[in-house]
Amino acid sequence: MTGLDARVVVRRPAFTLDVTLAADPGEVLAVLGPNGSGKSTLLGVLAGLLRPDEGHVRVGDELVTDAAARVLVPPHRRGVGLLAQQALLFPHLSAVGNVAFGPRAHGVPRREAEQRARELLAAVGVAELADRRPARMSGGQQQRVALARALAPDPHLLLLDEPLAALDVDATPAMRSLLRQMLRGERFDRPKQTAVLVTHSALDALVLADRVVVLTGGRVVEQGPAREVLARPRSPFTARIAGLDLVPGTACPEGLRTADGVVVTGRSGDGAALPTPGEPVVAVFPPSAVAVFAERPHGSPRNVVPVRLAAIEPRGDMVRLRAAALPGGPHWVDGLAADVTPAAVADLAVEPGAELWFAVKAAEVAIHAAD
Amino acid sequence: MSTTPGEAPARRRPDDHETGVGVPRLLWVPAGLAFALIALPVLGLALKADWPRLPEQLVSAAALDALRLSLLTASISTVLCIVFGGPLAVVLARGRLRGLRLLRSVVLLPLVLPPVVGGLALLYLLGRTGLVGRGLDVAFGVTIPFTTAAVVLAQTFVALPFLVVSLEGALRTAGRRYEAVAATLGASPALAFRRVTVPLVLPGLASGAVLAFARCLGEFGATVAFAGSLQGTTQTLPLLVYQLRETDVEAAVALSLLLVVVAVAVIAVAAPRTTADGRL
Amino acid sequence: MRTRLPVAAAAAGLVLLAGCGGTPSGTDARAPGTPEQRTLTVFAAASLTESFGEIEKQFETDNPGVDVVPSYGGSSDLAQQIVNGAPADVFASASDATMTTVTDAGLADGAPAVFATNVLVIATAAGNPKGITSFADLAKPDLKVVVCAPQVPCGAAARKVETATGVDIKPVSEETDVKNVLGKVTTGNADAGLVYVTDVASAGSAVEGVTFPEAAKATTAYPIAVIRNAPQAELARSFVSAVTGEQGQKVLQAAGFGTP
Repeated sequence: MTGLDARVVVRRPAFTLDVTLAADPGEVLAVLGPNGSGKSTLLGVLAGLLRPDEGHVRVGDELVTDAAARVLVPPHRRGVGLLAQQALLFPHLSAVGNVAFGPRAHGVPRREAEQRARELLAAVGVAELADRRPARMSGGQQQRVALARALAPDPHLLLLDEPLAALDVDATPAMRSLLRQMLRGERFDRPKQTAVLVTHSALDALVLADRVVVLTGGRVVEQGPAREVLARPRSPFTARIAGLDLVPGTACPEGLRTADGVVVTGRSGDGAALPTPGEPVVAVFPPSAVAVFAERPHGSPRNVVPVRLAAIEPRGDMVRLRAAALPGGPHWVDGLAADVTPAAVADLAVEPGAELWFAVKAAEVAIHAAD
Repeated sequence: MSTTPGEAPARRRPDDHETGVGVPRLLWVPAGLAFALIALPVLGLALKADWPRLPEQLVSAAALDALRLSLLTASISTVLCIVFGGPLAVVLARGRLRGLRLLRSVVLLPLVLPPVVGGLALLYLLGRTGLVGRGLDVAFGVTIPFTTAAVVLAQTFVALPFLVVSLEGALRTAGRRYEAVAATLGASPALAFRRVTVPLVLPGLASGAVLAFARCLGEFGATVAFAGSLQGTTQTLPLLVYQLRETDVEAAVALSLLLVVVAVAVIAVAAPRTTADGRL
Repeated sequence: MRTRLPVAAAAAGLVLLAGCGGTPSGTDARAPGTPEQRTLTVFAAASLTESFGEIEKQFETDNPGVDVVPSYGGSSDLAQQIVNGAPADVFASASDATMTTVTDAGLADGAPAVFATNVLVIATAAGNPKGITSFADLAKPDLKVVVCAPQVPCGAAARKVETATGVDIKPVSEETDVKNVLGKVTTGNADAGLVYVTDVASAGSAVEGVTFPEAAKATTAYPIAVIRNAPQAELARSFVSAVTGEQGQKVLQAAGFGTP
C-alpha cells in the first residue's frame, strides 16, 4: 500500500516538468522550489485539474491518472483534497455549511454531516464560529475553517498549497502547529494524513513534513528527510530558503576550492573527514556567522571576499545584507547573506551598490559532499 | 486565537473621519450637467402634470389595462430571460467553444440596434409571411403578431442582453476557483454548479433580472413594429402614452409619471445590491 | 464662479455650431441684383410628403434664391413643436383638430384654409386575395384587420364611419399611425387595413385599394396656415397661395387628394 506514487511529465513551450514523487501512507512530503519551478503544475496534475503528457498518479491503491492508458479520474472522484493559500470558503455558507459540504457531496445525511462538521470545527479551535459566514471571520479563522473543510471528506491525499503564506505574522505559528497536529492525527481521532505540502518556508517544511523534495526548473534537484536536506542544503535555492549561505566548489585539503580558485577554509559538515580532494562539495554557513567590513580586515584566520551590497532587508531585530558580485569579482558571492545588527549597519553607513568585505571564520563553515 | 468581534473585518461603511482621495473638482461640472440632463426632464414632466386630475387619469380603463398588461408581459419576459439567458450567460462565461466572441457580439446586438429594427426583424421571422411564421400559420394556424405573446417576444428580445451581460460578468468575477475547491471536496460539476456557482452569482442574476424587467417595461419600438397596439392585448403603457399624447397630453403625462414611479421602484429594489458589491 | 466658465464655454460652442448651419453670407459669390437668399420652413403632415415635394420644387423655380426646407411628421407632433416654439413659417396639417391646437395657441396668422381632402380606403394585399368588397366585410371574424388608434386622425375617421354604418370592426391592432397600418398590410401580417386613399396611391403595387361609399361620411380636411410672426411671412403667404392655387391643386389631385 502506498500513500502516493506519481510520475508527472508536463511539457510547456518554455518549460518541462518531469518529476517522480512517492509518499508512504500518512507521510507528509514537502515540495520546495523557486517560483516557476513547476510546483503549481504538479499540484494541478495530482488534483486532476491538469492532464499530464506522460506518467501516472496513484493515490492509495487507486490509479487516478495514467497518460498511457488514458485514465483521468475527474477531481471530484479521486479523493484528493486541497487547502490553498486563500481559504476560498464558500461565501454564501456558514462555517458549518462549508465544512459539511464535502461529506454532503459524498451522500452523508445532513444531520450527520453537520454533526461531524461541528466536531471538526471544535478540533481546529473555532467551534464558536460554526454559524458564522466567512465575511465575518479573520483570515486566520477562515484558514482554520478551510482546513476543517479539506479534512472533512477524509481525503486519501491532501494537497497543501502554501497554506500559511497569506496569513498575518501573528496567526502563522498557531496555524502551523494546528496543521501539524491535524496532519498527524494528534488532535482529532483520524489517521495520519498523507499530504503534499508546497511551501517557500524551510520552517514549514521542517515542522510539517517528513520528507522534502526540492524542485528547480521542473526537476527534482534534492530530496530526503526534511531535517537532513535543510540542514545540509546542496542547491543555492535550498540554502537560501533554509536561510543558509552556500558556496559550491571542489574539495581541497583546507576545505573547498571554488571554480575560480578561491579557497574557502572550513570543517567537515557531518563530523567525519573532509571529502577526497577533487570531489564536488558545498560550503555552508549561517548568515549570522558573516562579519561585514568597509575595509579589508587583516590578521585573523578568516575567509574574506569582496562583494557589492545588493540589498538591505530587515529581518526580525537583525538586518540582512544581501551580496552581489563585483565587476570582475567571483560570481559565487551572488546571493550570499550576512545578518548584522542595525547598529552595525549604521556604523558602516552604506547604501546598496557600496563595496564591502564579507568575512566568516573557518569554524563556522561546514563542508558537505554534493553528489 | 481569540475571536473577539474586532478581529473580524468590519463591514466597510462611509465614515465621517475618512478623508480619502477627493474627486477632482473639474469633474463636478460635467457630472452635475449629466445629472441635470437626467433629472430635470423628469422634473419637467412632474410640473406639466395636472395633479388634481391625476387620479382619474390613472384609473381610466385603458390606463389600468395598459398597466396590467405591462406588468404581466414584463414579468413573463423577465422569467424567459432568466430561463434562456441564464444558460446562455453560463455558456459565454465558461464555454470553450471557438467563435464564442462572435456569439457574444450577436447576443449584444439588441443593445445597439434601434428597437424598431428588432421589431421589424421579428416581424420578418415570425410574421404571418415570415420565415418561421409562415410555417406556424400553415401547420398550426398560429399567428404571432397582434398577440400578447408577440409583446413578450419583443420585450424578451430587447431585454436578453441586459441579463446575459450582467450574469456573465458575475460568473467571470466569481471565477472557477470555488468550483475547483468544490470538486476537491467531492462535488460533481452539476452539484458544484447548483450549490456553489448559482448562489455565488445570485446577486448578479438578481440585478440582471431587474435591469431586464425595467427594459421590458419601457419597451416601445419593437412592440409597435411587431405586436401592434390593442387595448388589453398588446397596448402596453409606453404605447398608450405615445397614442394619448396625440389627443390628451395631460393624460399622457400622468401615465408617463406612473412609468417613472414604477421604474424608480424597480431601481430602488436593485440599488442596494448595486452599491454593495460595486457592480451591476 | 468656478462653474460659470465651462457653462459659458458650452454655450459658446452651441452658438458656434448653430452658426455653422447657416449660409455664410461672406462666401456667397453672387452677382449684384440677384435676389437675397431666403429660407422658408414648412411643417407638413407626413401624408403630404410626395405632393409637397413637387410643389416645393416648382416654388423654388418660381422664386429664385428661395430654399424651401420641409419638415414632415405626424400632424399632432408638428403642432406640439410649433406650440413649443419651433421656427416654422407654414403649417399644413392632416386634420382640423391638430390645426386647432395651433390656432388656440394664437399662433396662426389669419384663418387656416382647407386645401385638400382625403378619404379612407380599404388597403388589401395585391390582388385582394380575401375578396373584400365593402366596408361591412371588415367585420368578418376570420379577417385580420388593422386600423389607426382613435387618437390619431385616420383612426378618428374610421371610428366615424363605423358609427355611421353600424359596422363593428374588431381590429387585431390599433396602430399609432397610418404608415404602421399600411406596413402591417404590405408585410402580409394583416388582411386589410383602413388607410387614406393617398397612402395606397403612394404604396405602389404591393397593396390594392378598395373604395367604399361610406368613406364620404368621414372626409378628412387638410388645413394650411401661415404661422404668426413667421420669419418669412411674405414668402409664407405666397407658398400657401401656391398650394391652394391651380398648379398646387393639380399636384395634390394627382396624388389622390380630393378638392376642398
